[in-house]
Amino acid sequence: METKRYTRREFIRNASLTALAGVSLPLLSSCAKEETEDFLQKHFREMTAEEKKQVIAKLEQRYLQKFGRKLQISTKEAVPDTLWGYGLELSRCIGCRRCVYACVKENNQSRHDPQLQWIRVLRLKRGNLINLENSDHYYNPDTVPEKGFIYLPVQCQQCQNPPCVKVCPVHATWQEPDGIVAVDYNWCIGCRYCIAACPYKGRVFNWAEPNIPKEEINPSVHYLGNRPRMKCAVEKCTFCIQRVRDGRYPACVEACPTGTRKFGNLLDPNSEIRYIIDRKRVFRLKEDLNTESKFYYFFEA
Amino acid sequence: MKKKIKAIALGIFLLGFCFTSSANGAAEEFPVAPPPMTEGMFPCSNCHASMETNRKKRELKEEHTQVKLHHAETMRWCLDCHDVKNRDNLRLYNGELIKFTESYKLCGECHGPQYRDWRAGIHGKRTGYFMGSGKRTYFLCAHCHDPHEPKFKPLKPEPPPFPPTDRKHGN
Repeated sequence: METKRYTRREFIRNASLTALAGVSLPLLSSCAKEETEDFLQKHFREMTAEEKKQVIAKLEQRYLQKFGRKLQISTKEAVPDTLWGYGLELSRCIGCRRCVYACVKENNQSRHDPQLQWIRVLRLKRGNLINLENSDHYYNPDTVPEKGFIYLPVQCQQCQNPPCVKVCPVHATWQEPDGIVAVDYNWCIGCRYCIAACPYKGRVFNWAEPNIPKEEINPSVHYLGNRPRMKCAVEKCTFCIQRVRDGRYPACVEACPTGTRKFGNLLDPNSEIRYIIDRKRVFRLKEDLNTESKFYYFFEA
Repeated sequence: MKKKIKAIALGIFLLGFCFTSSANGAAEEFPVAPPPMTEGMFPCSNCHASMETNRKKRELKEEHTQVKLHHAETMRWCLDCHDVKNRDNLRLYNGELIKFTESYKLCGECHGPQYRDWRAGIHGKRTGYFMGSGKRTYFLCAHCHDPHEPKFKPLKPEPPPFPPTDRKHGN
């Protein structure tokens, strides 16, 4: 009797067919269709208009199920001839954190477990502005401002030379033509290299599935901004991309009770931000790192 | 000769036109929010029309008891800013009457640099749309500073973030 012997060629063919079947089983089975679609979804910048439309429809359906209401997801592109810049007057900030919570609400951040906030208000001893490592952002007095302290709110500085973009191994984060550094949350693999690279601690990570109360969801969202995120995605301030591309002030600017926060188009010589740069004493945080940030702190001059 | 006179006349006419148009430019209007009045107080003339004028500095015991003047009070009293005849208006130093919605002009008479910055949108606050045709709202000086007591009152801060040692809530 002759036993059938496999040739090496046959063995490799069979083995690879089995492997292919194993891989494609979850892709083809109907129960995991959604996951498959997500897995095969293209990078946002490589999608055609038609593909974007499909993705938006799918997301809107999913959000409707999850939050019980329709979210308007915009994919509005950058307005021509705009480069957004931010101004923050240190002599006025009183450290009340109104901006922090306005941001959380506007941008659908996870409220707890994990608690994510895009703005961090540092408290520094007066005369100690350069020693950021001695700052405290857990201060909690009865009233602010406190004697002998100044407050320095820090968020994503929208660098023109962003270190976070350079380190991303999958190009999930990039700079838009209007200067906003955006993240494709679906493309992000959660490696957190960008968090390590950012010298401003501007990025936060969804360590768990985010928690947003259904009734507090902000339904007006942008795909690259405040749409609800998922576990394992990195997120950060986008200068309220969903607002500023329509010409509206960011939420933190509107929330500040002392008028500390200013916003405008750096390319428009009549904008508020250009007035500040032209006439006030302006500095940028950690300028020596060559990040070319577009977040200008200033003093009454 | 006639031509010369004509040219001069035209020149004067154009010059005048320039002046008037620049004067119009100076009277720029700002889309301000309604001034922060105590409810039921305005129009002031409802009560003041029938009252006798008393210019004396005194403690206000019957009405306006909440008004504590801490704003260069040694040099100033009510009728320096509120007009005596037209109680529903404010008055500038030169006697010109202005509406409460234009109170920034009155503040600007002393606080020049702040007024300059406010007009550019740097001092104070603006909300709404900064670009395009959407609605924008400028805050008046009086929205943030009580004109009778302009110093900012301390605020209660919002709660701090959970520290990372709080393993349950923190990030």
